[in-house]
Amino acid sequence: MAERFTPQHFKPLSEAQARDVIRWAADAGTPLEVRSAGSKRALGRPGDAGARLDLSGLAGIVDYEPEELVITLGPGTPMADLNAALAQHNQMLAFEPPDLGGLWGQAPGGGTIGGIVGTNLAGPRRLKAGAARDFVLGVRGVSGFGELFKSGGRVVKNVTGYDLSKLMTGSYGTLAALTELTLKVLPRPETATTLVLFGLDLRAACRAMGTAASGPWEPSGLAWLPADAAASSTVPAVADGGAAATAIRLEGPAVSLDHRLATLREALPAAASAQLAEDESAALWREVRDVAPLLPSGEDIPLWRLTVPPATAPAVLDANPARAWLCDWAGGLIWLMPEDANTAPTLEAGSFALVRAGAAARTHLPAFSPLDPPLARLTRKVKAQFDPKGVLNPGRLYEDV
Amino acid sequence: MKMPAPDQAILDRLPQLIAGLEAIVPGEGVIVDRDALRAYECDGLTAYRQLPMLVVLPETTEQVSQILRLCTELAVKVVPRGAGTSLSGGALPLEDGIVLGLAKFNRILSVDFDNRCVVAQPGVTNLGITHAVADHGFYYAPDPSSQIACTIGGNVAENSGGVHCLKYGLTTNNLLGVELVLMSGEVVRLGGKHMDGAGYDLMGLVTGSEGLLGVITEVVVRILPKPETARALLIGFPSAEAAGACVAQVIARGIVPAGMEMMDKLALDAAEDFCQAGYPRDCQAVLIVELDGPASEVDHYIEVVTTIATACGSTSCRASTSQQERDRFWAGRKSAFPAVGRISPDYYCMDGTIPRRRLPQVLARMAELSDRYGLRVANVFHAGDGNLHPLILYDANVPGELEKAEAFGADILKLCVAVGGVLTGEHGVGVEKRDLMGEMFDDQDLAQQQRVKCAFDPAGRLNPGKMFPTLHRCAELGRMHVHGGKLLFPDLPRF
Repeated sequence: MAERFTPQHFKPLSEAQARDVIRWAADAGTPLEVRSAGSKRALGRPGDAGARLDLSGLAGIVDYEPEELVITLGPGTPMADLNAALAQHNQMLAFEPPDLGGLWGQAPGGGTIGGIVGTNLAGPRRLKAGAARDFVLGVRGVSGFGELFKSGGRVVKNVTGYDLSKLMTGSYGTLAALTELTLKVLPRPETATTLVLFGLDLRAACRAMGTAASGPWEPSGLAWLPADAAASSTVPAVADGGAAATAIRLEGPAVSLDHRLATLREALPAAASAQLAEDESAALWREVRDVAPLLPSGEDIPLWRLTVPPATAPAVLDANPARAWLCDWAGGLIWLMPEDANTAPTLEAGSFALVRAGAAARTHLPAFSPLDPPLARLTRKVKAQFDPKGVLNPGRLYEDV
Repeated sequence: MKMPAPDQAILDRLPQLIAGLEAIVPGEGVIVDRDALRAYECDGLTAYRQLPMLVVLPETTEQVSQILRLCTELAVKVVPRGAGTSLSGGALPLEDGIVLGLAKFNRILSVDFDNRCVVAQPGVTNLGITHAVADHGFYYAPDPSSQIACTIGGNVAENSGGVHCLKYGLTTNNLLGVELVLMSGEVVRLGGKHMDGAGYDLMGLVTGSEGLLGVITEVVVRILPKPETARALLIGFPSAEAAGACVAQVIARGIVPAGMEMMDKLALDAAEDFCQAGYPRDCQAVLIVELDGPASEVDHYIEVVTTIATACGSTSCRASTSQQERDRFWAGRKSAFPAVGRISPDYYCMDGTIPRRRLPQVLARMAELSDRYGLRVANVFHAGDGNLHPLILYDANVPGELEKAEAFGADILKLCVAVGGVLTGEHGVGVEKRDLMGEMFDDQDLAQQQRVKCAFDPAGRLNPGKMFPTLHRCAELGRMHVHGGKLLFPDLPRF
């Protein structure tokens, strides 16, 4: 039985029911807000929907084969459940999906895997392992035509047909309502440690992170926290440093970590430093992943997520003076609260997304960096080939998409 | 294998086409001489050959754009081509189409060590990228076996893999940006030197689209620091099942080797005869497990894998102690195809992927099929990711053997799909597996894929006849079915 909430709130419990709702919406010309738990509604444009297609009922693990490193599940599966299931077999989603709920004042653990895939969010290990899009092996979904389709498969190596799984990932539910996902999982690293260097400014930190990323040490996290962000850490060894913190995470068998740390330390500039134990390391990277230093403080300043060529981070900060910020991905990901609350960031290369803003600001600030005209045209054409009537999350990604 | 029937009206436009193209590409960039065209009549899938109307070799993105605009105006079909190493017929010419070769796009545009990426034109070879950055200790990870010859643009079009993609991913996982020219002549830039930009992941969509969506004119790829060390294990097993069990246990132990390759008795004997790599003869299967990374970690995992192999009943196990020895272990694997070529007049290389644990079942069934067809099959696997390369041995000079080999191959691929796998792991669909797409996808799946093509190339002029078994018109695909405004499920509200 599909549960019924408000009159326009559909919560299908099967793929066929989801298809039915979309067919109804296409016939009626009623736009649907396609979502799962709705924890990321603040991300992107508000959209323009008359009814809601809530996929959180399509939850649960359908098939998990740890020895094949593959899991198939419903999009509504809570991240907490998924992480717990994987942890039982000492496995993980290697792209380290963040829990950004805190940024919008939500309790932790509110998101679903559908939301992570729909927004293509990835945490610090993105640098080494890839993003959500690199781990989606297959999808099933319902297009705006009201047709079920599948793409990809349940094996890692597959080039059969177009890779629609990647197209779906990060499409904010504007192309199809996904009803089932197959993801690649990986073993958890045996252990981890983090080297923190104190007192490097962003330029020096970017050079240091570049050095670490260009040698044989295989860092799985490279982040830079300015002094006030570092001071807010719950990890005493980081907070007590009293200075900006450059964090370098190494993962692997214990036998190799000591050796790697020693040679890495030699390659880096002399600076006060700390080496974090495994649990401290985990706590720090959770804070970086979930952007804990930039939780709401009561001030109505927008928070932006910038993805840029990593070595350009200092120039980006020069061009966009900020009140508060932090850098991940060796400089390639910048979370930024600008001095100027009224304009979008200026970028020579890369892209931006508005993560948090007051209701008024959200109406006049762009949610995503604009696309060049040829790309914008192509984007609209792709949308039309999945959702000709514009009933799936219209306006959620771009005004006419 | 049938290609779309040639359109006489297009063939009649040849003089007009030549004049138009010569105005766009000066000098010797337009090839019409039939002898010269022979060089383009096939790609790595040599069983199929076709001369194109002509070949055009532009040098700039602007020229590509003008060529595609002209072909759109004249309704001429276009087959893009890199080095022509596709094993699935992706670059097979069409009788009423032109080949757009990207061989002259052979420059590395910039090497950016600060951002750890390379901007290259599509005609640069895969290995050419590594060569451009090797001095600084970097390399480009995906390593298809044709890497000396194949181009990076072709790698993007086919989403090429290689023996090291178990750890480092396919092309799609190592790509940051692409410049693409659409059939309309529009130039679109996707991605750049940053990761995870705004909007749809059209770069992910274009990667592996087999030249059906656009012509790639520039790529940005990620480069990686060379691992500190790499060591390989050469392990002999009394059965392919035992080798398969070892693979499963290595993965279960949480180890992701850089490569994990298996060869069966026929393949390893052929390789040993060919290059004397020192493979054990007293076993039914060999496994090569390569571990790379920091030296301390590699040494540790070499011990762990050795212990696992022993527990799985290995009959021999050697760990390389020098680069020379490691190269020797690989020499047999890397020469497996030519080695098999020596023991049979012809061979047909398949490329399915299966869930790893299905390996014994698939091998057993393949042996039965081999008996039934009366054709030998040598097996070479990317065992770590379940990607099989069965080589079917046949003699094209014996009437009916090619057809028999093709039928055997189709049965193997159907078997892969039946056990939960896929038709192609890294070689692409092309013309070769086009007619098997229905084994994996139903009509709606294929309709949705073809709608994607409609967004990029509504008239279907870019590389038609590849990937899709049946071509539908975009107008037909875009038709919306009306369902009468009724919900089938009474428990869902309607109002």
